[in-house]
Amino acid sequence: MKLLFNYLIFPGFLFSACIGLIAGWIDRKVTARIQWRVGPPWYQNFIDIVKLLGKETIVPEGAKLTFLISPYLGLLSLILVTTILGKSVILPLESFMGDLIVVLYLLVIPAIAIIVGAASSRNPLASIGASREMKLVLGYELPFILSVVAIILKSKGAIEIGQILNHQINFGSNLFSWSGALAFIVAIFCMQAKLGFVPFDMPEAEQEIMAGVLIEYSGLPLAIFKLTKAVLLYTMPLFLIILFLGKDLSPLFIVLKYILLLVIIILIKNTNPRLRIDQALRFFWGPMTFLAGAAVILAGLGY
Amino acid sequence: MNLKLKALTKSIWVFHAACSPCNNCDIEVLDVLTPRHDVERFGIALVGSIRHADVLLVTGVPNYKTKERLKRIYNQAPQPCLVVAVGNCACGRIMFKDSYNSPCAVDEVVPVSAYIPGCPPKPEAIIAGVVKLIKKLRGQK
Repeated sequence: MKLLFNYLIFPGFLFSACIGLIAGWIDRKVTARIQWRVGPPWYQNFIDIVKLLGKETIVPEGAKLTFLISPYLGLLSLILVTTILGKSVILPLESFMGDLIVVLYLLVIPAIAIIVGAASSRNPLASIGASREMKLVLGYELPFILSVVAIILKSKGAIEIGQILNHQINFGSNLFSWSGALAFIVAIFCMQAKLGFVPFDMPEAEQEIMAGVLIEYSGLPLAIFKLTKAVLLYTMPLFLIILFLGKDLSPLFIVLKYILLLVIIILIKNTNPRLRIDQALRFFWGPMTFLAGAAVILAGLGY
Repeated sequence: MNLKLKALTKSIWVFHAACSPCNNCDIEVLDVLTPRHDVERFGIALVGSIRHADVLLVTGVPNYKTKERLKRIYNQAPQPCLVVAVGNCACGRIMFKDSYNSPCAVDEVVPVSAYIPGCPPKPEAIIAGVVKLIKKLRGQK
């Protein structure tokens, strides 16, 4: 019963979806203000979701069962991540062995769900989007995991989120060391790519391949994909806060750190053009992997 | 008024179908999204796929090729989907009425819910048309 409550309501689905949708509104509003527009009201993203629930769901001819299953798969696994992260922020001592690795695995599943859904929708533009998403996942996973490895080395080989938090409470945040700062820069760019924001939004580039991976989705499945994006906008900054800024986790400081990360995301989004997929791959496998490798070596040497 | 209808009127996603227009109406439609008339504050957004759209916005006179495409696009849209005809051409194909390559008007191909006349209509006129469409949806006069 308590587990179900945790999964569905407090650190899980309802809470994270509300925070994520409001964060999505902040993103839209700041973007509008930067472009000297007024921007939508604060409940706009909630209304979008409600409206999509009331629309007809169209399944394209010849689409497989995975077309309808994959959105749920992505959302369910992502909510599991938010529940694990939220629980370990509230009670750091109750986390289980190896939950960091579970979180890393589960964070890939939304991207895989998008690839599977787009590939089963039998649309040429969707398959272009799916192939781009696949290359992007291959690109950012390597530096992201390397930067997490740097943090694991800094915390004396702990693969529990609770122990990483404890280490930071005792010895200061991971960000304020050479290896932590390098890994943080890498993780910021990987977060941007995971969220699918500019400059890494080629899977759903609206101007060239018309919403790409989501092109055939309508109604309920589209609403679930939008919710997945919103929950991801809450989960990824929280994950980075836990890994890099875990010194003081009282509610006020968590909110301040979350807003700081959100500002960084929005600034990167609004000051960059979209990259081509080969440029993104070169960026992630070149400089980013180099930086993350340097972070791992520095963390191994104890800096 | 039920929740579904209220949500629909507060968040209208528009798919722009250009049926061989002269591009003046297209430019005015884009003007509506610019800082001066920013319609995102009412939740109106331009989307790239007809599957996401609530409103199919048509400009221009359909010719023999775009007629078929327009019909197909309308059939691909998820219901409820409304059609708005922007510009004199889409409303009544004025001077192209007797043209050899103009088989029919927009409202003979798909059911049109709102007509916005003008050559091209001003952005204010387009916003007024959208307000009329929303009032029609809510059942007001």
